[in-house]
Amino acid sequence: MSTSQNIPNIETRTVVALVEDRPGVLARIAGFFRRQGFNIESLAVGKSEKEGLSRMTFVVEGAPDVIGLVAAKLDRLIEIVEVIDITEENFAYREMALIKINADEKIRGEILQLANVFRVRVVDVGADEMTIETTGDSKKIDSLIELMNQYGIIEIMRTGRVAVLRSSLEINTKKEK
Amino acid sequence: MTKKTGGQIVCEGLLKQGVDTVFGIPGGAILPLYGSLSQYPDLKHILVRHEQGASHAADGYARITGKAGVCFATSGPGATNLITGLATAMMDSSPVVAITGQVARPGIGKDSFQETDITGATLPVTKHSYLVMDPRDLARVIKEAFYIATTGRPGPVLIDVPRDVFAELIDFDDSIWDEPIDLPGYHPPTIADLKNVKSAAKLIDDSKKPVILAGHGVIISHAYKELKELAEKCQIPVVTTLLGISSFPEDHILSLSFPGMHGVAWASLALDEADLIIAIGSRFDDRITGDTKRFATRSKKIHIDIDPAEINKNIKVDVPLIGNVKDVLNQLNPIVEQKTHQEWVRSIEQMKADHPSLKIKETDELLGQHVIKAIFEETDGKAIVVTGVGQHQMWAAQHYHFYAQNTWVTSGGLGTMGFEVPAAMGAQVGKPDNTVWSIAGDGGFQMTMSELATIVENNIPVKFAIMNNNHLGMITQWQELFFDKDYQANAYTANPDFAKLANAFGMKSLRVESQEDLKDAINEAEAHPGPFLIDFIIKKEENVYPMIPSGQSVEELMEEPI
Repeated sequence: MSTSQNIPNIETRTVVALVEDRPGVLARIAGFFRRQGFNIESLAVGKSEKEGLSRMTFVVEGAPDVIGLVAAKLDRLIEIVEVIDITEENFAYREMALIKINADEKIRGEILQLANVFRVRVVDVGADEMTIETTGDSKKIDSLIELMNQYGIIEIMRTGRVAVLRSSLEINTKKEK
Repeated sequence: MTKKTGGQIVCEGLLKQGVDTVFGIPGGAILPLYGSLSQYPDLKHILVRHEQGASHAADGYARITGKAGVCFATSGPGATNLITGLATAMMDSSPVVAITGQVARPGIGKDSFQETDITGATLPVTKHSYLVMDPRDLARVIKEAFYIATTGRPGPVLIDVPRDVFAELIDFDDSIWDEPIDLPGYHPPTIADLKNVKSAAKLIDDSKKPVILAGHGVIISHAYKELKELAEKCQIPVVTTLLGISSFPEDHILSLSFPGMHGVAWASLALDEADLIIAIGSRFDDRITGDTKRFATRSKKIHIDIDPAEINKNIKVDVPLIGNVKDVLNQLNPIVEQKTHQEWVRSIEQMKADHPSLKIKETDELLGQHVIKAIFEETDGKAIVVTGVGQHQMWAAQHYHFYAQNTWVTSGGLGTMGFEVPAAMGAQVGKPDNTVWSIAGDGGFQMTMSELATIVENNIPVKFAIMNNNHLGMITQWQELFFDKDYQANAYTANPDFAKLANAFGMKSLRVESQEDLKDAINEAEAHPGPFLIDFIIKKEENVYPMIPSGQSVEELMEEPI
């Protein structure tokens, strides 16, 4: 018999994992998120400083009572060497986006002016279109997208969040709780 | 350097891992492995009748020996038939290593005959899995697979090997067997954080009404002595989970049997009234907690577990002790104060008197409870008892009192009907000198009874007790209690005559319909050197009590209406 359950609130966590760079590892991780009913908001993967190991940054959403265990459960996977839920830690994160917008010669200048405020770079210019690149936190990218909407966005490509723990400001001291 | 085929490397690897028996069925993709078997006579292969039987048999063998149980299956349907067994082993943390044949490498991904992506299909039901695309990886993979299956929180590992990888002849350097295992992402914890151990000891010292909730982890880590030591040193009553049964002798004065949905009332009540619960290698399963918000609200909790992901999963705990149960108890036991809780123990004795959960009602009819009680009495509480899921399982857990260590094998987590037949076979192969009783329902038995042929063929002397009420008993009970007696698909109106069926398989059998015949029949089965089946015709529509309905709490505990 099932008991009725309230629809849980959704909580977002940012998790950084060091994983073995082998075929099938991503499928295991994705399968794990699916089984837990977590939604992957973003996922970024790349080689790490250690040979044979990749570093992944996940932003995942799920019910608060289960998502708190996301790191511990992920660590069950054999190929995950290290995993930290950095949501409550002091971390620096960045995301990159490529945005292709309508930009004929009449409005190109105006767009560039606006874009400068966001310190974007122009990646590609065509007759009627233009692609710009921006890096920053998700909010900055969201506002840029909102701003560009008025010109007509053709395509958005976002990398998802990458994150690192910020280094301690204290010198030669080990924090102890 | 010698020349070896992939198949030979697998066989050699299994022997090096101490494997003596494999349960399996061949098929096209795994035939090259079977082609190597004759060169390794120490590796005994038991030909089962269905791959599900192979995986459950490996599971039963694993649970009873503590060693990995091994099964073989071919690609496609052979491999998919293993899945129920792997899921059962996964839920109950049992070390099973499954080796499956896969279509040859060039055929992978082309919908070849009998092709299934079995590593993909088994992702959620294995602790780990491998698809071995190069025979040079086989030795390493075998070593890793057994290490992963049997260490930390044990679980099933699947190794999928394409047909041509088994067949390929390679230059093989024997020194690879001695190379250390290198798994950078796998380090099972051993001892717990010392600060937490001290906090736990303080909670134990300060508690007035402590209860131990001992689970499968005690059995897996062989911490019987350590558990007993803690219980006796601090006079703490011991409730076992369903899978923790036989981790603590049930003739011990501190033993409280099992709690929860169909557990004895005093075990559930003791957990409810406790001021401290020490959960040891158990996972606060929903069949124990019911409504987690109302579960054991008066108590602080210490949770000893090797799997960090179990901490705070279902129940928030005050002190987590992450580590191997045996090692953690060895940290904890010396620093807890010796003390007594006479008042608390006395009050639990009163609960037992007030709620006689195991009292069997007066009747001339044959009840499932009578059958279990008789098997218990005739085997002095020392037999290995194997069950599937349902009423027969609950009656067995209640009315068989386990005096010997690790003698209870049941599908607890997954609740797999049919587990009881092949798992009993595997348990008997693992412990040939023990008496193994497979307690089965007539429903579950029919799911896997083809293994009777395997059992007779190999003269595996399992004793079968079918609790035959021509019904899916637990379904009938739930429909009576929770669906206004709207009975649907609950009755088996054309069951075979199981005693005759056993004879058809070449197995001796009896049919028992009355309480008077119980003792003699059980003794006849025990005295017979080979397998034996007794068809116990028990009363229909008899419910299992006590019962705490799903998602409820001890406040809603229902006792036998007399």
